[in-house]
Amino acid sequence: MSEAQIECRDLWKIYGRRADEAMKAVLSEGLSKEEVRDRYDCVLGVRDASFSVKKGEIFCIMGLSGSGKSTLVRHVNRLIEPTSGEIHVAGQRVDTMNENQLRQLRAETIGMVFQHMALWPHRTLGDNVGFGLEVRGVDLEQRRKASEIALEAMDLGGWIDHYPDQLSGGMQQRVGLARALAADPEILLMDEPFSALDPLIRRQLQDQFLDLSAHMDKTTLFITHDLDEAIRMGDHIAIMNDGEIVQIGTPEEIVTNPKDDYVAEFVKGISRVGLVRAETIMDKLDGREPTGKQVGLNAELGEIIEHFMEDQSPVTVISPDGPAVGQITIKSALTALRG
Amino acid sequence: MELWNIFDTEWVPVGAWVESLLQWVVANFRFIFQAIKVPFDIVLTGLEDGLTQAPDLLILTLIVLVAWQAGGRRLGLISLACMTAIGLMGAWEESMTTLSIVLTCVVFCSLIGIPLGVVAAKNNRFWMILQPLLDLMQTIPSFVYLVPIVMLFSIGNVSGVIVTFIYALPPVVRLTNLGIRQVRADMVEAARAFGASNRQTLYKVELPLAMPTIMAGVNQTIMMALSMVVVSSMISVTGLGQMVLRGIGRLDMGLATVGGLGIVFLAIVIDRTSQSFGISARDRGHKKWYETGPVGAVRGLMKKG
Repeated sequence: MSEAQIECRDLWKIYGRRADEAMKAVLSEGLSKEEVRDRYDCVLGVRDASFSVKKGEIFCIMGLSGSGKSTLVRHVNRLIEPTSGEIHVAGQRVDTMNENQLRQLRAETIGMVFQHMALWPHRTLGDNVGFGLEVRGVDLEQRRKASEIALEAMDLGGWIDHYPDQLSGGMQQRVGLARALAADPEILLMDEPFSALDPLIRRQLQDQFLDLSAHMDKTTLFITHDLDEAIRMGDHIAIMNDGEIVQIGTPEEIVTNPKDDYVAEFVKGISRVGLVRAETIMDKLDGREPTGKQVGLNAELGEIIEHFMEDQSPVTVISPDGPAVGQITIKSALTALRG
Repeated sequence: MELWNIFDTEWVPVGAWVESLLQWVVANFRFIFQAIKVPFDIVLTGLEDGLTQAPDLLILTLIVLVAWQAGGRRLGLISLACMTAIGLMGAWEESMTTLSIVLTCVVFCSLIGIPLGVVAAKNNRFWMILQPLLDLMQTIPSFVYLVPIVMLFSIGNVSGVIVTFIYALPPVVRLTNLGIRQVRADMVEAARAFGASNRQTLYKVELPLAMPTIMAGVNQTIMMALSMVVVSSMISVTGLGQMVLRGIGRLDMGLATVGGLGIVFLAIVIDRTSQSFGISARDRGHKKWYETGPVGAVRGLMKKG
């Protein structure tokens, strides 16, 4: 099923008092960011963004600070009002919702994790995690039970009556995750959740989250400024620059086929070993004899290179149902490795 | 008329205008001001009756217990010493009157000041209008509005509370405004992201996080109310201020000193206690208020028994 859980169409966000005028001018004249700033004293936050996220996948939005990625993700639960465009979440249209519908959507359907945790220091972990249920009027006993389960899932079972400042950074962000998951929402918005953590803890949390999302079937919109993280986490990646989505694709597509110089610059230092697959780099067999060394279509570059350790003769690529479909020479493997 | 000294003539008779405006307001709208007095009167009379008519030692015990609860054993002992000193100097009755005036003033300043501060924090335009008003209330010498207050509200302790209220209101408004504005933006955003309404965000996140700052404002208000004690005694407000004023009037150094010392001791007790209320639970090591102080001690005993 390819039903989109989150879909944004032609989304624009312009900040400033004359945003509506600026919007019209941009549409009719195609003004640049600078022209909008000079002529209307408005800031272009998001420019014509369209993307859709399938149910169950992790969709990364990657960009440097100021590229509009945080702004974009806040449109999904409308913490920021769009200037123009449509937003659909879990089959509901968000951009036309009234205040009550919106609050229900935020409380029940969308969980959010913040960069600096944003845990409330005056509330215990239990009260932090149970906040979404509390504002919906769920009674204390039920709230506590839900908080317990959510904290348990994050290995924080015994901490329910403690306060955020008694925890380390990594633990705090696990509380942030527990809070987002407490109401069992279909969708998770994660705004650079791990970037404030040190590398080792970040890695652990990434693994824990991947593990979690693998058997929870949640749709995740994951913001990051780190392409390595985006590649590790994302089923699809959207690269943003200056408020615009530059390219959307799978990690492999982004790395092997960057759309412009900006993206190319990003993917330069990324290791291809675990990313590029046999199918992408193989040549047609064209009547040549298949060799003894065989790999599948989805074999990663690392595995292919391993075959060349023994001898340098080409490797044959076979399709899942048996027949050989192509071959890879050592030259093309090394070229792919270089990028 | 000499051209070089044109300001010898009064060109704009502001004084006369104000005079006639005041006369007109007094003649036609005095009943409104008398009505405003009613709530102040009720609270003040209740507090004053309670504090002065109850046995001295009972009140002393209560004050010490409250101080102990709020600020720990040390503050309890300090309060005991200060209040005993006041009592031994023979200024107990007067200090109770002063205390009731200050407390009444704090009640109304908080009741009106905190909501004003919250609205000001949410609405920039309102804050722009409010700010000069607060400046005016703080800078205009209180002697200037003593006369109109007397004309509109007459003399006595209730008028004293109103004069003090005008002077002491600004800090709590300012610091509430500041406290709410200083709450980290992502704390508020997180509350909204989990479906909280504006009201829920205010009560569950913004006010609790701003509470230390707001309590600092309340503390400032209390101190300003105390500093008005002597001035307001000029409109025949009783209490410690009156002792000082009478002492000055009769050149009775002893009486003035007793009144003055009384104010100082009372100020120490009220200031420290109200400051202790502002310390957040986080800074107290996450102990609930009922786990410390006399209440905690009693609970401890009951659990053992």
